[in-house]
Amino acid sequence: MNYQFEFGWLFEYYPQIAKGIAITIELIAVGAVAGILLGIVCAWVRALGPAWLKPFVAGYVELIRNTPFLIQLFFIFFGLPSLGLQLSELKAANLAMIVNLGAYSSEIIRAGIQATPRGQFEAGASLAMSPFETFRHVVLVPSLERIWPALSSQVVIVMLGSAVVSQIAAEDLTFAANFIQSRTFRAFEAYIVSTAVYLVLAILLRQVLSMVGWAIFPRRAAR
Amino acid sequence: MSLIEITDVRKSFGPNEVLKGINLDVEPGEVIAIIGRSGSGKSTLLRCINGLETISQGSITVAGAQLIDDEVHLKALRLKVGMIFQQFNLFPHLTVGGNVMLSQMVVRKTPKAEAETMAHKMLERVGLEQKFDAYPDELSGGQQQRVAIARALAMQPIALLCDEITSALDPELVAEVLAVVRELAAEGMTLLMVTHEMKFARDVCSRVVFMHHGRVHEIGPPDEVFANPQTPELKQFLGMH
Amino acid sequence: MIEFTIWDILRNLLLASRWTIVLSLVSFAGGGVVGLALLFLRISRRKWTRAFAKYYIELFQGTPLLMQLFIAFFGLGLFGIDVPAWLAAGLALILWTAAFLGEIWRGCVEAIAKGQWEASASLGMGRLQQMRYVILPQALRIAVPPTVGFSVQVIKGTALTSIIGFVELSKAGTVVTNATFQPFTVYGLVALIYFVLCWPLSKSSQILERKLNVAHRNH
Repeated sequence: MNYQFEFGWLFEYYPQIAKGIAITIELIAVGAVAGILLGIVCAWVRALGPAWLKPFVAGYVELIRNTPFLIQLFFIFFGLPSLGLQLSELKAANLAMIVNLGAYSSEIIRAGIQATPRGQFEAGASLAMSPFETFRHVVLVPSLERIWPALSSQVVIVMLGSAVVSQIAAEDLTFAANFIQSRTFRAFEAYIVSTAVYLVLAILLRQVLSMVGWAIFPRRAAR
Repeated sequence: MSLIEITDVRKSFGPNEVLKGINLDVEPGEVIAIIGRSGSGKSTLLRCINGLETISQGSITVAGAQLIDDEVHLKALRLKVGMIFQQFNLFPHLTVGGNVMLSQMVVRKTPKAEAETMAHKMLERVGLEQKFDAYPDELSGGQQQRVAIARALAMQPIALLCDEITSALDPELVAEVLAVVRELAAEGMTLLMVTHEMKFARDVCSRVVFMHHGRVHEIGPPDEVFANPQTPELKQFLGMH
Repeated sequence: MIEFTIWDILRNLLLASRWTIVLSLVSFAGGGVVGLALLFLRISRRKWTRAFAKYYIELFQGTPLLMQLFIAFFGLGLFGIDVPAWLAAGLALILWTAAFLGEIWRGCVEAIAKGQWEASASLGMGRLQQMRYVILPQALRIAVPPTVGFSVQVIKGTALTSIIGFVELSKAGTVVTNATFQPFTVYGLVALIYFVLCWPLSKSSQILERKLNVAHRNH
């Protein structure tokens, strides 16, 4: 192997990488918050919601979980304009990630809701709370606490999956790596560096999520 | 030379010393009951003899084979000493017969036909020959424990370690298991059993070991130990029963 | 301009789906073999083999599959070999699948009660014998649903190989879109084909899991 490794370009292309990292972080921040909210709503529908809504939500969840994220992204970015819905690269990426995480997180959260002891619902009802109030004030937070580790893993998976948004020219970290390799022909180095950055981002994201867990689940914080 | 020689055995879990220098020699054909409160180290001692826990200090020898923590020595030792567990630990994916045959075939390399004959013989000995093709979850707890005994016997051990083998059983099932153990004792099998069955210990055992805080606190023939306890700890322990 | 009927589009996509299926099978089988090796390393008694497997798994689970594909594609090229896309795709997917299967299976092995290890040890079995005759047969039962479930991730993962130029279903989708200018229809059909491939696997994983839970409760 006569290959000379060369990382000098890092200094020149530092701004592109920084911008890419910023966009990847922005994508996952928006995707995680909105995706989990969507997941909560869908989980509520499937576990406790009105019967007529359930098949629709089930269809959405199954459709997303059984098709590749890349195709979901292409469908949103290239396909939806023919229905008159034209989105920018970044908006399309945001929407794809929210829709994707929404489906996965709804399944995870639903499992958390279904693990709630019956007595919790009965206690809520006996205190004259409506089913929705019981869900909102009694069931939801412990349910999330139960499945927070699984949910956190899913958020990390979606963050790593976001690498493909570069394919619709959303200027994330992978886009920066592709850009650099096309300019410097240092493909291997560019991808090694960005892979390392992704690894660090994944580790940090896990930390952040576990801190969020500490913040929103009082019993955990007390421990 | 004694069959089992336990010399100055110490065992710690982290900073917590569970066995604080145990000395015990067991002669062939002896039946020894180990009694004591939970946490006194009695189960740990038994597990050490089978190499399920590694000892921190001291030595354990069974019929000349010393317990050393590598696969060859452990295997040699375990071929001489069988163990019965509180939770039976039958293999749920195998039939009763399969349970008794498995280790004969894979460890001793006994041909299948021979292993099968042996399995039938051992199951007959514990009174369960008709359950050869049943699965463990189709049996009662008492029957499962008897299969576990047959499984250990099929390896033709020279001693059996019994770790609270009736503690997980419903009261009405205890007797059938103890009857099997009683028979083994009568046939001359060397037995070391951790037990809460004081009446059984008194009737069947040659010696009783009372453990307290990781030490052998009192030891002697059951008549002496039960009728005339020397220490306040043993008096208190027996008083609770 | 040539007019493309839905049938023309679908036929092209279905032809390309063959390669999605082949690549999925290869990745799953290869990943299974490597994953089994990883499992043994991960639960070995030697510290450094455990550490190796642990970091391998963390590396492959903590970085994007797309990056792994890029590195396989461009990295192998450094050795002076002209790497065809299928080779890089197969290699990266096998290594990636192995990391996930190894971790799934470790969970299954660890779910087997400690008493099973102790009982088989007390009967004189060595570590490999314990695995072969006592632990794996039981772990296998509980491993089936999550393993089938993960095969869905493998099929979806193959879509990324289109990005390094392997011509499978997703790549065909892009090519056909560029020829027909009907992205809505084409990507809709692509999604539908993936769904048809994946959904039966997802569903059977769920059913198997439910069966297993019922069987468990009867114990």
